[in-house]
Amino acid sequence: MRILRSTKVVVGLSLLAFFVLLAVVGPFVAPHAPDWQANTTSGVPQPPSSHFWFGTTQKQEDVFSQVLAGGRDTLLISLLAGLIASALSILIGVSAGYFGGVVDEVLSVLSNIFLALPGLLILMVVMKPLPPQDTSNPFLIGGVIALTAWAWGARVLRAQTLSLRNQDYVESARVIGERSPRVIVFEILPNLLPILASSFIFTVIYGIGAYVSLTWLGVIGVPSGVVTWGTMLNVSQASGSLISGWWWWYVPPALCVAGVGIALALLNFGIDEIVNPRLTSARTGRGSGVKFRLGLTPVLQSAPTKGDAK
Amino acid sequence: MRTIFRRLGFYVLAAYAAVTLNFFLVRMLPGDALQNVLSKLRSAAITPEELKALAAQYGLDSHQSLASQYFSYLGNLLHGDLGTSTSKGVPVTAVLGTDLPWTIGLVGSATVIAFVFGTLIGIVVGWRRSGFFDALLPVATFFQAVPYFILAFLLLLTLGFYGKVFPYAQGYDTGNPDLVPGWNGTFITSVVEHGALPAATVALASIAGWIIGMRNVMLTTMDEDYVLVAAAKGLPQWKVAGVAARNAILPSISNFALSISLVVAGSIATEIVFSYPGLGYEIYQAILTGDYPLMQGILLVVIFTVLGANLLADMAYVALDPRARKES
Repeated sequence: MRILRSTKVVVGLSLLAFFVLLAVVGPFVAPHAPDWQANTTSGVPQPPSSHFWFGTTQKQEDVFSQVLAGGRDTLLISLLAGLIASALSILIGVSAGYFGGVVDEVLSVLSNIFLALPGLLILMVVMKPLPPQDTSNPFLIGGVIALTAWAWGARVLRAQTLSLRNQDYVESARVIGERSPRVIVFEILPNLLPILASSFIFTVIYGIGAYVSLTWLGVIGVPSGVVTWGTMLNVSQASGSLISGWWWWYVPPALCVAGVGIALALLNFGIDEIVNPRLTSARTGRGSGVKFRLGLTPVLQSAPTKGDAK
Repeated sequence: MRTIFRRLGFYVLAAYAAVTLNFFLVRMLPGDALQNVLSKLRSAAITPEELKALAAQYGLDSHQSLASQYFSYLGNLLHGDLGTSTSKGVPVTAVLGTDLPWTIGLVGSATVIAFVFGTLIGIVVGWRRSGFFDALLPVATFFQAVPYFILAFLLLLTLGFYGKVFPYAQGYDTGNPDLVPGWNGTFITSVVEHGALPAATVALASIAGWIIGMRNVMLTTMDEDYVLVAAAKGLPQWKVAGVAARNAILPSISNFALSISLVVAGSIATEIVFSYPGLGYEIYQAILTGDYPLMQGILLVVIFTVLGANLLADMAYVALDPRARKES
């Protein structure tokens, strides 16, 4: 597979696989329940030890178990947000690009307006008054996040559809009498896949950032007994762990959030390079020693000797 | 000129949409969310008259139709009346007046720094194409992929709390009685010191996008014939790079519209981490206290700020690209 030749993709995929595995099996292999308390007498978090690998919280809960259990909701909700937002952006972006004219004008204005809205702020205002039964529904939360996230993808997809629309093979499909939905699904959509993939990944990164930020702010309440990385950061900050130096409480969840983000960003980087091979870094393995000269793109495969690839 | 009028038309439409959205956002909240907030407020320090005024503003106990509420809301807005903050008991516009300069200063300076340095680094990385800088690109994505508030905590911990290089809370040294807010040296120094970490957070988080965007367009632009011609004429390297860069910068400027709302939303989270006295910290307090008039006011001002920044980017684009002036 060509996609696996890129180091970035391989590193990103393995990191992502690790976190997905963690989200799926984490809650089962965690040594304790997230709200299990080691004792109820002490109010001082214990630092990491052989007994509690990541230490304990102020309520003497096991941080390691909480980190294992906390990824599931975060990943599920951002995945849902990415899927819903991608569906919306295909619907709006591709129709705008394909049909053109008034449809394009209206849909473009709509997506430009949504682009100007600061998503996180609107999410903060909308999510706060939601009752707990709504905030524990991942489809609802993912859907609302997706509503603030589809416009970017729609704009990119529209631009690409515009350039595909007048290609000969699309024209001929129309001429032989294929209906618009069929042309879109079978002729245009397959050629949008790389762009769709990168806008999907971008949206998932956005979804993770939005969801973790909202739970960290305490804007999304979670039912008692449920722990996510964001709520861990929220509780730890509220308990003053920063000033008290209880780093083991907030560093693991923060690192997990950062790790998922980096994995996805690396993947996106790799996809960009596959879509447009010119963007490939000269340092990605095979290219070392080939010096780029203006106006001439070095061909990596047939470079006979070092420094001779003009 | 037609292009500019078309764009202006879009901004008027977008502003109107934002105003309308702001009206319906609160009313769209499921079921009795507002009623809950009001019942919470009943126990808070708020007079019955104020409560009644608030209920009327949101059409909870009045028999006005939605349409007439909407038009009185538009009328109030035209008069610059955004209602009264329930948690502070002062007009929302007064709160916005004190907060807005902080946020604009923070987002503005961070965006300018990120844009200038990001574009310059992007030009260099794209031009040289390989080597040390190119290897740094995955590192830059780290800052892009991590939520703003986590980056903010990272800086707060390393440079603020443990490193003690910069102060990490408030907008200026509030504990110093000698400090008089105003245009004097000590106050400005204090503001700059306190703004360093929040601005660095916003700049670091957004710079990767500019670098990568600029690099990618540079790589494509350098294969154009006019760049080859410039090189063939025997111009020095940096001038050839300049020819390519001038054309490559255009997509970066139109990408500005895509990224500015993300940057503003991110700086809101950053302000909360650093308890910076801007709109972000204010809306957080407003959300915690259920202060709907203040929330709506801030939302509106932030959307208008983003639209204003987009308008500036549009004008810069038209100024830089002659084609944009000719096309309809």
